[in-house]
Amino acid sequence: MEFHATTSPHLHAPTSVTRVMGEVLLALIPALVGIVWVFGWGAIVNIVIAVPAALAAEAAMLAARGRPIRTTLMDLSAVLTAVLLAISIPPLSPWWLTVTGVVFAMVFVKHLYGGLGYNPFNPAMAGYVLLLVSFPREMTQWLPPEGLVHGSLGLGDALNLIFGGQTPQGLGVDALSQATPLDTVRQQVTLLHHTIQDAKTTTPVFGLAGGKGWEIVSALYLLGGIWMVRRNTIGWQIPVGVLVSLLVLAGLFNLYDPSRYASPLFHLFSGATMLEAFFIATDPVTASTTPWGRIGFGIGVGSLIYLIRTFGGYPDAGAFAVLIMNMMAPTLDHYTQPRVYGHP
Amino acid sequence: MNIPRALFSFHGGIHVHGHKEISTQLPVDVAPIPPRLVLPLQQHIGLPAEPLVAIGDKVLKGQPLAKPKGYISASLHAPTSGQVVDVSPLPVPHPSGLGAPCIVLESDGQDTWYPHQGLADWASADPNLLRTLIRDAGIVGLGGAGFPSSVKLQPGPSRPIRTLILNGAECEPYITSDDLLMRRQAAEIIEGMSIMARILQPTECLIGIEDNKPEAYQALREAAQGHPIEVVQVPTRYPMGGEKQLIKVLTGREVPSGGLPSQVGVVCHNVATAHAVYRAVVHGEPLISRLLTLTGGAVAQPRNVEVRLGTPVSFLLQHYQVSVNRIERLIMGGPMMGFALSHDQVPVVKTSNCLLCAVAGEVPANQDPQACIRCGACTTVCPTNLLPQQMYWHARARDFDKVQQYNLFDCIECGCCAEVCPSRIPLVQYYRFAKSEVAARERDKQRADLARRRNEARVARFDREKAEKAAKLAQAKAAAASAPPGADKKAAIDAAVARAAAKKATAPVTPKNTEDLTPAQQAQIAEADSRRAADQPGDPR
Repeated sequence: MEFHATTSPHLHAPTSVTRVMGEVLLALIPALVGIVWVFGWGAIVNIVIAVPAALAAEAAMLAARGRPIRTTLMDLSAVLTAVLLAISIPPLSPWWLTVTGVVFAMVFVKHLYGGLGYNPFNPAMAGYVLLLVSFPREMTQWLPPEGLVHGSLGLGDALNLIFGGQTPQGLGVDALSQATPLDTVRQQVTLLHHTIQDAKTTTPVFGLAGGKGWEIVSALYLLGGIWMVRRNTIGWQIPVGVLVSLLVLAGLFNLYDPSRYASPLFHLFSGATMLEAFFIATDPVTASTTPWGRIGFGIGVGSLIYLIRTFGGYPDAGAFAVLIMNMMAPTLDHYTQPRVYGHP
Repeated sequence: MNIPRALFSFHGGIHVHGHKEISTQLPVDVAPIPPRLVLPLQQHIGLPAEPLVAIGDKVLKGQPLAKPKGYISASLHAPTSGQVVDVSPLPVPHPSGLGAPCIVLESDGQDTWYPHQGLADWASADPNLLRTLIRDAGIVGLGGAGFPSSVKLQPGPSRPIRTLILNGAECEPYITSDDLLMRRQAAEIIEGMSIMARILQPTECLIGIEDNKPEAYQALREAAQGHPIEVVQVPTRYPMGGEKQLIKVLTGREVPSGGLPSQVGVVCHNVATAHAVYRAVVHGEPLISRLLTLTGGAVAQPRNVEVRLGTPVSFLLQHYQVSVNRIERLIMGGPMMGFALSHDQVPVVKTSNCLLCAVAGEVPANQDPQACIRCGACTTVCPTNLLPQQMYWHARARDFDKVQQYNLFDCIECGCCAEVCPSRIPLVQYYRFAKSEVAARERDKQRADLARRRNEARVARFDREKAEKAAKLAQAKAAAASAPPGADKKAAIDAAVARAAAKKATAPVTPKNTEDLTPAQQAQIAEADSRRAADQPGDPR
């Protein structure tokens, strides 16, 4: 009697790449609901545009590279990249902006480096930065948290704006948009030398802890992130590194001069801090992989976010922080190898 | 009194479903004597044993069939009485699937014992005698590694043993042979350990048992009453039963990389080995049978079986009515570290602790591995705290220096990394591949070194000969120069030239050593001469 002989181990945990990516997507759902509530349907339309574009771009690249298409598309990594990029850009971005970012991420950042597992840079963030430097006007047209005030923008309006550039009433995106809380701080405090307290009274963008509306979305990202850490979908090291370093830096500067430096809570609950900490910096492919390397990676991302926000040319900085730390990852890995059993 | 011992921990490890309850329901059964037994000469780490019998010899149960060859080796005994019918290479349970020399014994059904005698008063016996008894009984590590036990019991005077550990962790899923042995033969295990302690004189004796075996723990605790032996429950976490891991958990000490436990004052034996030591010393019985867990979905009544070494797997499967057609994978050993057999025509050997007849669903279906996403799950679970993923990348790239820098040879191949890999990469296989490549390179290097040394010696010899020649020449020249120049010399030269000319005229060629040549040799010489003449037609000679 002949039997099939394979090598040990002959057991496998119920896990797969698809499952890992799927869990990250699941963890994004609460925040997505929050985004729709606060900023309207735009983000959902972005996702609906981004996901097929990413899948098509990936399929084309796989075909060109002679790789299996169906099984690779099933790993959900392209879907995750598309969703992350779609929720990172302003909700009413024109459709071509979304497609450009996603196709660039898939083709240039992912597949030209060898596909999943081989790309040194985070595809979603590289796509985001391409859009930010190429289309600065479109990329800064964020919406006010209207949902909290008047009820969010309807799906029809969102579709008209994304595909036609204006609502049937002739309203363009620029008429609807409003500076984000982080941008407000940058404009009012860094450039115009007002105090934080003044900015809080003269502009409507501040909430209880962070930016109005943004703090809700941030809290929901945090919720999804904690769920992933508890399920071991992601390690705790990177998020903790990001949040603690940001908290400490912002806290120190805030203690030094509270009128010029926003509170640590404002930094944690504004902009994309929570999204970066739990969903983007934790991309395993492009982050550090050793336990201590991950802590260092997180600290690097958190510190760079604070430094660029406070002293740099951009109001939010997660994408730059992640890409810079991507460059550092191999070095971090090299210098943070754990002590092996039986070695001094 | 009942203060729990402070335990240490090891990095990583995984929690896997034990599946142990399925084979502990029925009592141990004694398997019948098969008509033919196949006994590989190598069932242990070290050199294969040397046969003491020839085809046609009649042997009795327990009679030595082969003796150890060298220090690290083990002897082999007849598991039953009968006749040696073959000594030749046959399939053995080894991952390579290659055959190895075996002694084939045809049972006579009598099961008649060879004369043997136990040593009741071992407590006052010379440790060297006890060690010899254990060596003569062919006892090797029964936990799976198969290292000759007597060697481990002789760490040498420079390495005093502080701690003797019995490994009853049995962390692999499905396997329950140690569990059942501990439940049933606790007193014998304790006595076996006491014999080992008599040899090693340790300051403490510990038995480590995973806390998923409360019956075994209880039985051993009771049996250990009044003995200086501490029975310790350790957490259930694979690979707790790894020697290095158990030593760390019980003592906090780490075996140095590439070293032995005795370097940190520890000797660790399996509980089944202690039981075999007891049988060998107290009853004079060599190692001829062992407990084996016969389990898996294809087995109607999973249970533990006392099997004679050499029993063919096919015989066991048939006798215990295993639905062979439902077997998806036939694994010798546990599912984490055991190896899949490609057929059942192999015998049970000293290290066979389990036969897992897994059906579809019990083992993962074959799936193509996906790309590594560097998630680091492997790093989290590695009990040696290696970076499995980095080792994988470098092994894949055949950068074997790099793999070694990542401490490839500290890998114990426990399989945790591959078990948790979401991309289903057969990581352990990459490490085995890298290890064998490194070993092969090492062999090549040694060969090249040998060749280089030989060449260097040859060149040195040439140089020496040249120097000697030059020295001789210089000496001759000096002698000639010191002789007075004059007519004497000129006359001598003239005389020699004349002598040579005369000789040439009478006998143009005077071959030497041509006496007593055979006709064939003469023909060869003639042929060579004619060839030389043909090669040089213009030669004036």
